[in-house]
Amino acid sequence: MFSFGDIMAEALGLILTWDRDLSEIVLLSLRVTLTAVAISCLIGLPLGAVVGAFRFRGRGTVTVLLNALMGLPPVVVGLFVYLMLSNAGPLGILGLLYTPTAMIIAQTILVTPIVAALTKQVVEDLHGEYAEQFASFGLTARTRVTALLWDARYSLLTVALAGFGRAVAEVGAVLIVGGNINHVTRVMTTTIALETSKGNLELALALGVLLLGLAVIVNAGVMALRASAVRAAYA
Amino acid sequence: MFRRFLLSLALGATLALGTGAALAQDAFIVVQSTTSTQNSGLFDHILPMFEDKTGIDVRVVAVGTGQAIKNAANGDGDVLFVHAKPAEEKFVAEGHGVTRFDVMYNDFVIVGPPDDPAGVAGTRDVVAALTKIAGTQAPFASRGDDSGTNKAELRLWKGAGIDVQAASGGWYRETGSGMGATLNTGTAMGAYIMTDRATWIAFGNKGNYGIVVEGDPKMFNQYGIILVNPEKHPSVKAGAGQAFIDWVLSDEGQAAIAGYEVDGQQLFFPNAGG
Repeated sequence: MFSFGDIMAEALGLILTWDRDLSEIVLLSLRVTLTAVAISCLIGLPLGAVVGAFRFRGRGTVTVLLNALMGLPPVVVGLFVYLMLSNAGPLGILGLLYTPTAMIIAQTILVTPIVAALTKQVVEDLHGEYAEQFASFGLTARTRVTALLWDARYSLLTVALAGFGRAVAEVGAVLIVGGNINHVTRVMTTTIALETSKGNLELALALGVLLLGLAVIVNAGVMALRASAVRAAYA
Repeated sequence: MFRRFLLSLALGATLALGTGAALAQDAFIVVQSTTSTQNSGLFDHILPMFEDKTGIDVRVVAVGTGQAIKNAANGDGDVLFVHAKPAEEKFVAEGHGVTRFDVMYNDFVIVGPPDDPAGVAGTRDVVAALTKIAGTQAPFASRGDDSGTNKAELRLWKGAGIDVQAASGGWYRETGSGMGATLNTGTAMGAYIMTDRATWIAFGNKGNYGIVVEGDPKMFNQYGIILVNPEKHPSVKAGAGQAFIDWVLSDEGQAAIAGYEVDGQQLFFPNAGG
């Protein structure tokens, strides 16, 4: 019935006959996911660093909460954001439902706990090594956090990539809050779901191959960036 | 310092939300509709004609009829375009919708595997066919998702006096998903499936399945269109939404629906006039 040759040929065909609709879908996927990951890092990196570097009351609870939230099902996040943004909900007045902004919000909620929890672990390990030095220099809390985040930056790139992987692959949340509207909120994963439901399985899988290729490109780009930064640092 | 950082973050978020809200003022309407109209390609065929004529962009959210009605009742949509007449009339009666109009119809069919374990191929009487399927306990895949097709299917089982809930998990299998997903699952497990004819004709993964039961007047499938009530939901774009409804019901819109064919077969039959 299906052969991988057929699917690869279909994927190749998609790339060769690249049209505007496909560009639109790929670009929107990247725009939504990269924006969500960027916002998640803005919130999750400092949050994770603070939890990782300092002892305070309730720290254990925060850690458990962050770790648990890493397992949030996308559909639940989608439903929550839908109820918030629905015209019957508290934020309906903003008119954001079925827009890319709604999709960014949903993915940010999904990815922030991942970034924060992983950052916390990275920073906590590093802090173990730095704690005495910090104490002897009498550094302020803010300098400590900045120094830890900076020195852990290469590990934190992987943290950001983990967030990217989660966001770019999820379909449950963006389907509910975006509505998979053609030319407006249709991204790669919702297109794959749609083509599957139309019974166009080869096309759906070919799009999956394309999505994987996109993830490879983003990851390779980040790794190249990291490698050249390391070279510059030790040159 | 961190406070300032958080403050700027909040400010940035507010700005981003603000632009989103401003963009939402553009000329578009949201239509809550069903998977059958979307997956069959009907919207891709008729919407560009309306958009060229009026400049109003139509954004379709294609979900099961049950979910579409709930979304519209929350005010998340300007027009409701679905196929479950009793539920649509209830929607209007509860004040969520203005008026319901007939738009078009097609019919449901039952598709099955070539070996036809229940021996129903060629049956016209759908109740007799369902009785046979239940009697032989041949697998039957149901949407189980409160969609228009699911509601129609359950009405037919009820008409045949068969309690499918008792058999759920046995020969009666509820997939809880859309028509396409249910066809993918059902054909893979050798089950009978009730589907609207349009989705079946346009479906790309038929395998060796074919239509086994068709032509019973009980399998009539009527589509209706309703403007979401702007008095109940102030965000509804009544003008643009009504313009779309008027066009769909006009001679031009009805001709556009009749003109949509897949493999030389007409998928939907306009009946707004009567």
